Amino acid sequence: MLEMKGVKKTFGDFHALSGVDLDVKPGEVFGFIGPNGAGKSTTIRVLLGLMKADAGSAEIFGQDVWRDAVEIHRRIAYVPGDVNLWPNLTGGEVIDLFGRLRGGFSKEKRDELIERFQFDPTKKCRTYSKGNRQKVALIAAFASNADLYILDEPTSGLDPLMEQTFQACVAEARAAGKSVLLSSHILSEVEKLCDRVAIIRAGEVIEQGTLSEMRHLTRTQVTVETATPLTGLAEFSGVYDLTESGAQTSFQVDTEKLSSVMAHLAEFDIMQLNSAPPALEDLFMQHYDTKEGGKTHE
Amino acid sequence: MNERLFSGTFAIFCFILRRDRLRAPLWLFALTATSLAVALSFVDLYASAEERQAVAQTMVNPATTALIGQGHGLDDYTYGAMLAHQMLGMTALTAGVMSILLVIRHTRAQEEDGQLELLGALPVGRLAVPGAALLYVSGLNILIALFTGAGLTVLQLESITAGSSFLYGAAIGTAGIFFAALTLFVSQAAESSRGALGLSVTGLVAFYGLRAVGDTVNETFLYATPFGWLQEMQVYVEDHALYLFLPVAAAVIFAFSALQLHRRRDAGAGMLPARAGRRDGGRFLTSVFSLVFRLQRTSWMFWALGMILLGAVYGSVLSETETFFAEVEIIQVLIAAEGDTALIDQFLAMFMSVLAVAASIPTLLSLLRLKSEEKRGRLEALYTLPVPRLRVYGVYVATGMITSIIMLTAAAAGLWGAAAVTMEESFTFGAVFTAALVFVPALAVMLGLAALILGVSPALSPLIWVYLLYGYIVIYMGELFQFPDGMDYTTPYGYVPEYPAEDVAALPLVGMVTAAVIFAALGAWLYRRRDLD
Ligand SMILES: Nc1ncnc2c1ncn2[C@@H]1O[C@H](COP(=O)(O)OP(=O)(O)O)[C@@H](O)[C@H]1O
Ligand SMILES: [Mg+2]
Repeated sequence: MLEMKGVKKTFGDFHALSGVDLDVKPGEVFGFIGPNGAGKSTTIRVLLGLMKADAGSAEIFGQDVWRDAVEIHRRIAYVPGDVNLWPNLTGGEVIDLFGRLRGGFSKEKRDELIERFQFDPTKKCRTYSKGNRQKVALIAAFASNADLYILDEPTSGLDPLMEQTFQACVAEARAAGKSVLLSSHILSEVEKLCDRVAIIRAGEVIEQGTLSEMRHLTRTQVTVETATPLTGLAEFSGVYDLTESGAQTSFQVDTEKLSSVMAHLAEFDIMQLNSAPPALEDLFMQHYDTKEGGKTHE
Repeated sequence: MNERLFSGTFAIFCFILRRDRLRAPLWLFALTATSLAVALSFVDLYASAEERQAVAQTMVNPATTALIGQGHGLDDYTYGAMLAHQMLGMTALTAGVMSILLVIRHTRAQEEDGQLELLGALPVGRLAVPGAALLYVSGLNILIALFTGAGLTVLQLESITAGSSFLYGAAIGTAGIFFAALTLFVSQAAESSRGALGLSVTGLVAFYGLRAVGDTVNETFLYATPFGWLQEMQVYVEDHALYLFLPVAAAVIFAFSALQLHRRRDAGAGMLPARAGRRDGGRFLTSVFSLVFRLQRTSWMFWALGMILLGAVYGSVLSETETFFAEVEIIQVLIAAEGDTALIDQFLAMFMSVLAVAASIPTLLSLLRLKSEEKRGRLEALYTLPVPRLRVYGVYVATGMITSIIMLTAAAAGLWGAAAVTMEESFTFGAVFTAALVFVPALAVMLGLAALILGVSPALSPLIWVYLLYGYIVIYMGELFQFPDGMDYTTPYGYVPEYPAEDVAALPLVGMVTAAVIFAALGAWLYRRRDLD
């Protein structure tokens, strides 16, 4: 469906992408996460044929994203994070223009979406807020019969209610067998919607897989109360942030070391044990905190 | 207006200075250096008083009067009188263009690019942005006034005295400030920076045209335009410095009203209230071409109206020229000496070349929207649909061509209409129309060059304006300053047959069309290959 291999892109002597591999399978919702400036939008602009990759290959539907851009675009729909529209056209005019230029556009679907997103299409685009401009692009995208949706932080201007509507639209698209590439920094959204995710940092994909695969790489937060004083935990590798207060001890443990740590705890008579499942949020933070080391982001 | 409305003005002012650290000195240099260079060239060209008087003689005809003004002190045509006559109006016009471009750049254009939204979130007063822009452009004009005055004084030319020179500088500077304030004022009514630009340029051209009408038809009009006021200062002749108060007072009124209006306006909106618009695309909006047509139709209307007016100004000048030559017998002898082409035909051709340069502005603006669309991120939406790049590029080039034909036709209609009403023996519409349309290939070359530049990089697009300005100087001023003939051939306008004074030769026209096609095709090839911003 969508395959990217070793894609590189430099701006002057700045390496925006240094070898990005992505692989989106038919019928899946694929999350693409990373901090600002990591290269998410640049990757997507290469995929859309707006920029030419310096190296590597990128294909959608088995066609080259640069050479066959027009062919590919018949079957994809794109929603950017920052939607720029013509100030003197109304939202309704733009939605129809996009629909007609793409082809395969359903008026019923459009009206239904306008309703669901509570959007007023009679205003000039100049008067729309950021969220409303995003609605224009979202309505045009979901009213099309695209096979692949490429969404680049599409909800950054939407309020929580509209975000739910958006999530419902993505879920429906998936149920209809479509694929979605969703770039986002809202992790709860990605957690809720995505089958697989890729994490990009400084132009490199550093992690890619299903959410459960990724959870293996995370730490679990454990709080434990034991009858006999707990000792020896500090010697374990994979245990972090150890704090004690009275009989209560809390720490983080690499999920893969969890069972051996549990065996150790059992020797001290567990009275109470609490463990929080690893959230994607932690995964995310972990990558920025530890892997980035002293390198700060501006 | 209290202080809080202006809080943050200084910070924004500094921000503007940083953004324009190159642009501002360039304008300052260009505007100052032109006057100095021309003043110096006079000394070489006309060493003696007799030579200067001879030039004065050639200046006294309605065509020249309409172009640069009637002037003062022609009976004692000193270097100073020459400078004020030939350069003051033009330089003030250029200062007006500068002020318009800079004010829009730092107010409406910035607003549209969303930079103002960022500032709006900071503790910045409602009026800080227009205030800072006005401060900056006025300051730049004051610098131009001072540099021009000081520069001319330093040259130590006969009759170019310090006092008069500073008045000359001040005249240019106040004209610039006048147009800065006017721009801020009219742009309150416009919905977009492009609309603001159209309105302001229309104002500038109208005021210049009013001066031409005042000089040739009825002097009263001179009192209704800043260009008339400048002329009435009679710099280097009588030095009526009190006239400086007129543009300054008008500027203060415009600026004050503009700030009042701005306070009430929402960011990004014009004063005209928004009506509920179409809820769907209608039947028309179905293709890239209909989109581009829809986006440009309003500015077409404004520019066409402007071209009709400008054409009408030249048309009425043409009739004055006719009467003038009928009265002056000596010149009739000259005409005979020139061969059998009537001088009036030559004037028609010359006016048409000026109108063609003017028509190039909307033509190039039309194409260059491709650049601003890209810069504002609107092309991204089109190119992620199944829309080939070459289609968009082609539609914009074609739209530019259509614009050039519309504008030349409008100018021809205006000129023919005014000439028909005022002249005893006017031209046929066919002749005027042909005289205008022979310029289509020249405009096509300009368009092709601009398209080529866009293919290379949109950042280079100001180059085409430099080239247009150069063409304007060669065509318009070349006649006055007797540039070497070959220079005409460095601009496409120089290749156009001077119909009706000359026959329409096919070769240069076909050559220009071929060149235009090659440029545009090369541009298309490059455009397809480059990254989109
Ligand atoms: N056209 C460009 N020219 C120069 N640098 C760019 C350009 N586009 C993006 N960049 C840089 O590339 C990096 C990645 O940007 P982007 O892909 O937009 O990040 P993200 O979408 O993940 O926030 C950023 O540092 C950005 O400044
Ligand atoms: Mg981004």
